[in-house]
Amino acid sequence: MNNAQKSRLLDKGFRYFGIGVTVSCVLVLAIFIGFVIYMGLDRLSWEFLINLPSRFAEQSGIYTAWIGTVWVLVFTTLISFPLGVGAGIYLEEYGKKNKLATLLEINIANLAGVPSVIYGLLGLEVFVRMMKMGNSILAGSLTLALLILPIIIVSTREALSAVPSTVRDASNALGASKWQTIWNQVLPASFGGILTGVILALSRAVGETAPLIIVGALAYVPFAPSGPLDEFTVLPIQIFNWVTRPQHEFLINAAAAIIVLLLITFVMNGIAVYLRNKWQRKINW
Amino acid sequence: MRTKEKIIEKVLAACALITILTTIGIILILAVEAFSFFQEVSFVEFFTSTQWTPLFTQKSYGILPLLSGTALTTLIAITVALPVGIIVAVYLNEYANEKLRRVLKPLLEVLAVVPTVVYGFFALMIVTPFLKMFIPNLAGFNALSPGIVIGIMIIPFVSSLSEDALSSVPDSLRQASFGMGSTKFQTAFRVMVPAASSGIIVSAILALSRAVGETMIVAIAAGMQPRFTFDPTVPIQTITSYIVQVSMGDVPHGSIAYQTIFAAGITLFVFTFILNNISYWIKSRYQEKYE
Repeated sequence: MNNAQKSRLLDKGFRYFGIGVTVSCVLVLAIFIGFVIYMGLDRLSWEFLINLPSRFAEQSGIYTAWIGTVWVLVFTTLISFPLGVGAGIYLEEYGKKNKLATLLEINIANLAGVPSVIYGLLGLEVFVRMMKMGNSILAGSLTLALLILPIIIVSTREALSAVPSTVRDASNALGASKWQTIWNQVLPASFGGILTGVILALSRAVGETAPLIIVGALAYVPFAPSGPLDEFTVLPIQIFNWVTRPQHEFLINAAAAIIVLLLITFVMNGIAVYLRNKWQRKINW
Repeated sequence: MRTKEKIIEKVLAACALITILTTIGIILILAVEAFSFFQEVSFVEFFTSTQWTPLFTQKSYGILPLLSGTALTTLIAITVALPVGIIVAVYLNEYANEKLRRVLKPLLEVLAVVPTVVYGFFALMIVTPFLKMFIPNLAGFNALSPGIVIGIMIIPFVSSLSEDALSSVPDSLRQASFGMGSTKFQTAFRVMVPAASSGIIVSAILALSRAVGETMIVAIAAGMQPRFTFDPTVPIQTITSYIVQVSMGDVPHGSIAYQTIFAAGITLFVFTFILNNISYWIKSRYQEKYE
């Protein structure tokens, strides 16, 4: 065998090896998800969704947990959406090429890499202690909002920069002010992209566990919260709580709750991908 | 009109400034609480003692066991994620046709959207029992299994960043290599990967920083036992899972146990901060070579 033949063999080998490795990654995920469905599907029932937590695994439900997740999600959205999009607009449309913009950019890149537990410590000290919110939904939501802010800002900027400058020039030429141009032209044109980014960021917030444990979300909450200052738990924390119990029955509960959590996450991501595709197809610059 | 425009600009700028406030807030609270901690515990003890037992009656404050635990899981994770991620990136970018890529890429991205607490469950319930079939003396809680699972989780992170780096290499390089009679394999690993190396290194560093900060997988599957060891088969604890462990209990504000989570936190923050800035520096310095 000469060198050329060897090279060709190696090339062919990698063609199969490469697809093998790539498909294995997907396969591992499929096995994981298949396992959790196999283990937890039987426990999943209407009662499981509306029961309060209990020390008997079979009677336990995730009512307080998913209600808590919904509360946290709503408040995180209310806080992070305007702030993140506002900051994105400022960085992309106003603050270009000055020192402050560079500083902000480096800072946001850095914040995106800060581990989520650190945000938890920030929330614990600032929201829970200094602002005296206690272990409340509001404190948890503010913490998560700060956590996903960099993601929203970056994706907002990407969506805005995809709008060609000719649109802005045309609007300006017709006498529109800067804000009129942004509000009437740039934002409508980029809204699909912005929304995609926000939903992806929120789906990350839904799965976050550690920062909420640190700000004092409880593993056991006897009643569903009824206001933003109530104590709370969320689905991931309920899962964590069940996973750490030694009894097998609670692990089955954890598997069932994981199915619900995965469903929420996948649906949110599905919506985001759908919006992105639809938005990309609609716009032909 | 003019004033309205001005006000809007100020409001938007305020939104952006929140990110600066966040950074200042993080550094300030970590520094202040860690400062109180270091008034009680000396730097020498913190960095040289091999015992971490702040919650026991016999207290000892050596961060080394938490550091070794973090280093161990991170190392295992990166050993899994880096080669796999690069192979996937090369395959998708150089070999796969457009149709296959459009199917495989979104499926891979799913790996990155699964919540970490779910991965913890997988590590504990699937990967550890599976590994036990090959390593009989593997403990029920260990560093190996969560390390591997963190690695699986960050594969799409490495692969998509590496793919971006590969696809930003100009096609003329690839064509030149083909013109010299190279196979795809030779072109990929002797021309494209070296040409995209700065981007691939950035992806590796960011993946490293992600693995260092990973919390729930280790909290669930590594056991909560700080131990100064590099043996992947025994229970360990990482910086992040220690913070979670303390937060689950009832630790009074202002006590030294409360301050330990900030001392641990600032150590973690410094590490990830350095990693993130190295990657940012490499990116801004080397990545625009071909433009």
